[in-house]
Amino acid sequence: MRWMWIDTVVAYEPGRRMVAVKNVSLAEEHLHDHFPDQPVMPASLMVEGMAQTAGILVGSTRGFKEKVILAKIGNVTLDSEVVPGQCIRYDAVIERMDDAGASTRGTIERLDHRTGSWERIGTTEIVFSHIDQNRGGLAFPEENFVFGENFRTLLRGAGLDRFMAQAKA
Amino acid sequence: MAFNRQQIEEGVSEVLQEALGVDAEDVKPEATLTGDLGAESIDFLDIQFRMEKRFSTPEKPFKIEQGELFPENMLQDPAMVQNGKVTDAGMALLRQKLPHIDFSSFDGDRNVKSLSEVFTVKSLCDFLERKLAK
Repeated sequence: MRWMWIDTVVAYEPGRRMVAVKNVSLAEEHLHDHFPDQPVMPASLMVEGMAQTAGILVGSTRGFKEKVILAKIGNVTLDSEVVPGQCIRYDAVIERMDDAGASTRGTIERLDHRTGSWERIGTTEIVFSHIDQNRGGLAFPEENFVFGENFRTLLRGAGLDRFMAQAKA
Repeated sequence: MAFNRQQIEEGVSEVLQEALGVDAEDVKPEATLTGDLGAESIDFLDIQFRMEKRFSTPEKPFKIEQGELFPENMLQDPAMVQNGKVTDAGMALLRQKLPHIDFSSFDGDRNVKSLSEVFTVKSLCDFLERKLAK
């Protein structure tokens, strides 16, 4: 199973903003238990989707050379549920960034195909650490295990795989 | 100077409330970030970013360099820390790099594990007052 909670990237402004979407389908197994009579996209996985969007944005800003790890989830608001058939849009921007890491701000929206309109349903604050620059001075494997094979297809679709090639060179 | 002491204290209080989820009445000058306010290591980066944002103005962006506010990786150096205690050279470097910190109580046992206790609300305000005046 691929731990991917976004389907594709629809907008990318290097170093500043990334927008990704996820289509929510009744075929997704986790919705069968959450909940049996009332399938609802789990809020935790929407935060994960935003973390993947913002994390790829942060990683791409330094050519995927840094290991970008979700370090802290600050304030998160989620006002409405998302159900199968709807689409989620994760709009992430970098607030601050330096050698140690980055802070990001995000907006979560949902599309209801019956009305055809996007509605803002939540906000996030997520801090990422460049773990090789961590304060504790701990050592991690050299290989960038954060942006590995799992992300390859997605990054290719977003036109970001060229940065990956540079990072490996 | 764009910010006076009271504005700095208000800003620091807001930043700590947002970053650490604490109440305004907990943010006292002598409160330590880790012991009293529950900050963990990643919170220090969050606090740094929030302070940069809070004290930036359109005319004057505010940037805190790595290691300027908190000691970062300095204590990985064996010349600075031996057997879990900060050496004389380490103390000298800490005082030089972090002039906004009062090390007098820490200087007694110098246990590196209790170093985070020197970071108080007041030390953040002192740091900002000094830096924003430049």
